[in-house]
Amino acid sequence: MSADTAITARRADFRRSVAAKVMLTPKGGIAGAYLILLVLLALFAPWIAPYPYDAQNLKIASQAPSLANWLGTDEFGRDVLSRIIYGARTSLSVSVTAISVSVFVGMALGAAAGYFGGLFDRAVTTIVDLSWSFPEILLALILVAIIGPGLHSTMFAIGIAYLAQFTRLTRAQILSLKGETYVEATINLGASHGHIVFRHLMPNALAPVIVCGMLATGDAIILEATLGFFGLGAQPPVPSWGAMMSSGSALIFKAPWIIIFPGLVVAVTVIAINLFGDALIRALDIRARLREG
Amino acid sequence: MPEPARDLVRIRALGKRFDSRKGLFGKRRSLKAVSDVTLDIPRGKVTGVVGESGCGKSTLARLVVRLLRPSDGNVMFDGVDLGRLSNREMRRLRRRIQMVFQDPYSAIDPRYTVADALLEPFQVQGTRLSAQQARDKVTELLAMVRLGQELARSYPHQLSGGQRQRIGIARALAFKPDFLVLDEPTASLDVSIQAQIIALLEQLKAELGLTYLFISHDLGLVRYFCDRIVVMYLGRVVEVLPAPRAKPRHPYTRTLLDSTFAPDPTQRRDISRLTGEIASAYDLPAGCAFAARCAFADETCRARVPLLAADPDGHAVACFHPLT
Repeated sequence: MSADTAITARRADFRRSVAAKVMLTPKGGIAGAYLILLVLLALFAPWIAPYPYDAQNLKIASQAPSLANWLGTDEFGRDVLSRIIYGARTSLSVSVTAISVSVFVGMALGAAAGYFGGLFDRAVTTIVDLSWSFPEILLALILVAIIGPGLHSTMFAIGIAYLAQFTRLTRAQILSLKGETYVEATINLGASHGHIVFRHLMPNALAPVIVCGMLATGDAIILEATLGFFGLGAQPPVPSWGAMMSSGSALIFKAPWIIIFPGLVVAVTVIAINLFGDALIRALDIRARLREG
Repeated sequence: MPEPARDLVRIRALGKRFDSRKGLFGKRRSLKAVSDVTLDIPRGKVTGVVGESGCGKSTLARLVVRLLRPSDGNVMFDGVDLGRLSNREMRRLRRRIQMVFQDPYSAIDPRYTVADALLEPFQVQGTRLSAQQARDKVTELLAMVRLGQELARSYPHQLSGGQRQRIGIARALAFKPDFLVLDEPTASLDVSIQAQIIALLEQLKAELGLTYLFISHDLGLVRYFCDRIVVMYLGRVVEVLPAPRAKPRHPYTRTLLDSTFAPDPTQRRDISRLTGEIASAYDLPAGCAFAARCAFADETCRARVPLLAADPDGHAVACFHPLT
């Protein structure tokens, strides 16, 4: 077994054990099962949803939940359940894409700033701290206002809004790891910057960033729903949980199911993501490691 | 073939300053960790460096292996000026210059197994090993530091301090270096383990023909292990003892020696304690840095820095009033 295959094999073991640790706790298991179900619903929406998301039927507008429409119909007579299932596509894809990009760019910026320091670090830190001083919602609203509404600008705005968080976290991690003796010892063996950063610093900094990314995805779903509520996210007739709640708000007393069910799904999803994140923290042993180090 | 030079490493007027500033507009301060160190490290010998904490001995070690860049002076390794090497050339030369670190608990990445850690030198030096070669190398390196191959799959947190330090030594030995800098390799270990590590280092030196630079604050240990002793005080070399039992001539070395514990109670002397505070490395006094704590100091000592002067035996001392 060469050095690389040995490391790869061991990493596979490690991942398997973390997945097992998360799914075997009650919280992590239930939250994980719910999230997997949600992803499956989103992926197979056309086969699972009882009606198309845009099938209007004004004759049955704003009807209460019934056997034909389990969660009722909205003001255009569209099936709320079908729209929630399709809406999962929007919410999940927007928040996951936005946070992934944010994590990736944030890690790269933070690692470079923390590792090389100097003027680049000053510049990154200053800009990031500046954007950190705005609440994410305000920052995202400003950005969408500048570049215009739509799915892609929502992703972009959410991605930028959370960039500061990941940049700061990665930078702080790298700064503290950089002082470890094993980094000096590896330089002493003749390692390049690339080896130090990608084989030692990043892998050791990864766990907290992943957890933070997980938790931020929950916040991003709320942010996406908020932008959708203001009509700045997905444009009709593409369903999004936020936009559904927005249209339902006009009929909140007459047909409360239009706003309640999407709101409930947002809440449950965010709670599930947080519980899953908690289980992940425990499985990755981040608190224990912080205590040790 | 010409006879190789007697000295493997030649250090000339080496100095290291650390500049720091409090805040954006704060006052600049500079700390002189090492000043004007000139030292030769003879091939195949153990050169010890002693001094209390903060005297610059660890900085000196890092300058010698170029983990730090000197502010002044240079380090010649086997005729090559390390300061003139490109980063690439220096990385290549690290096969011949290695260092063992003080803290074995954090010297190995917690995510690496022993086998990963032992193969890392080959990985970073771009040496491709087949699976079989890699296994053999791990076994060979473990055997070299008297460890069994069953440890290969362990993680650092499963090992004792002594075992970890042995892994640290094995990593340093991966490319059969000529020169090993040992930065307090036993300072964070139990006394019984210390003795084992020292014995191992002695055997390895004989087997591999190594040259050591041994950094320690423990004068007793240095007197046992080293062929020559360099005494540092506040970044400067104050005395070089050509033999471990040579009689100290610098008042500081004398006090340091007096403070070592004699196992035989009848041999215990009265310890002359140092009075006064160690000077701040941020604000070194004008003359001899030791003058404020020295019983023999006079006006000359406080006005001028004494230079290191060697007698014919190679016993060098930096003092205006050396002891006889």
